[in-house]
Amino acid sequence: MYGKGRIIPALILFLGVMTSPIWYNSGEVSKLPKPEKPKDYKECVAPTQFMRTSHMVLLNQWRDNILREDGARTGRTANGTEYVRSLQNGCLKCHSDRKKFCDTCHTYASVKPYCWDCHLQPKEAM
Amino acid sequence: MDSKRRDFLKIAGLSAIAGIAVPSAFSSLLKGEAVASEHGAEAAGAAVGAHGAAAPAGKRLGMVIDVKKFTANPGLAEKCVSICHAIHNVPDFGNKKDEIKWVWVDSFEHVFPDDSSHYKQDDALESMPFLTLCNHCDNPPCVRACPTQATFKTKDGVIAMDYHRCIGCRFCMAACPYGARSFNWRDPRGKDENGRPFIKEINPKFPTRMRGVVEKCNFCVERLTIGQIPACVEVASASKALVFGDLNDPASEISQLLKTTFTIQRKPSAGTHPSLFYII
Repeated sequence: MYGKGRIIPALILFLGVMTSPIWYNSGEVSKLPKPEKPKDYKECVAPTQFMRTSHMVLLNQWRDNILREDGARTGRTANGTEYVRSLQNGCLKCHSDRKKFCDTCHTYASVKPYCWDCHLQPKEAM
Repeated sequence: MDSKRRDFLKIAGLSAIAGIAVPSAFSSLLKGEAVASEHGAEAAGAAVGAHGAAAPAGKRLGMVIDVKKFTANPGLAEKCVSICHAIHNVPDFGNKKDEIKWVWVDSFEHVFPDDSSHYKQDDALESMPFLTLCNHCDNPPCVRACPTQATFKTKDGVIAMDYHRCIGCRFCMAACPYGARSFNWRDPRGKDENGRPFIKEINPKFPTRMRGVVEKCNFCVERLTIGQIPACVEVASASKALVFGDLNDPASEISQLLKTTFTIQRKPSAGTHPSLFYII
């Protein structure tokens, strides 16, 4: 093969540069976000798996049901604990730290929900 | 051979016509019957309803504003405004152009432009504080104008807003004949050039709005659902300057008051059927 001495090292160098992002992030990719769960409360309004995948759907359903269909403002968990069907006055009562709960997964998944444009956190530094 | 082909074609043609015509004739006959019976039911319903407008069903929340009592209690109207704006996180941008208002105090000629054109009127009207807010119309033009159904009428007759859905087109503001809607030209959570926050003290129980949405009085639906009365009515409760209740319930305090007292509405000729009534 003509020019073997230059082509093969150049190919290796090229492949190395092209795949460098993979090598660079190799350790971090497997690190899953660990949202901090509230300590004082053991039970959420729905099973964890459902909340993980569909909490945003649930929030939209609460909003439409309460505002437009005159739905109840409170609900009960499977164990009978009453909760307020509201992001600001319900969810954030237990999940009081947005940075340690909401933002960990949202940052990982690179989603930017607009909840906080209007809704307030309990201890927001305004 | 020729005659046989001719016979075959005749039979084929006839059976094709029969195959198309018979089922369609059947189905049109059956449908015709169904339509006829529907018409019958409708006609019967119309006959029943024809004896007068049907009684309004459901709630229709309304308010009577007694301007005389507000005149007798100077400062009360301003107190109603400030409590409303405080609990609903209504920003104060510090200039008239960007102003956000859910409830406000205005002059007679601005609140009742139709009634203030004649020059020989009571001078006392000039100095009376006219508290005004969203009329929560029975026939709301803003709801019709909204392209996203962000604003809508609830079962109780309250004209509510879903700020998530508002795209800031301001059609509702153009449609409202009362100027009861305000647009957030600036970020309500921001600060002015002197570092003064637009919302003096944030109520953590109620959300703020964001830049680019329209906002308005919600008749305190968040308080009504937990059994409280609107904040302005509560403030004015000592002097009974505001009476709040169900206009469709003939036994309610507001219905009784409207039956016995002469009241006026803002721009009734606009056909919006406001739910606010003024005693002057």
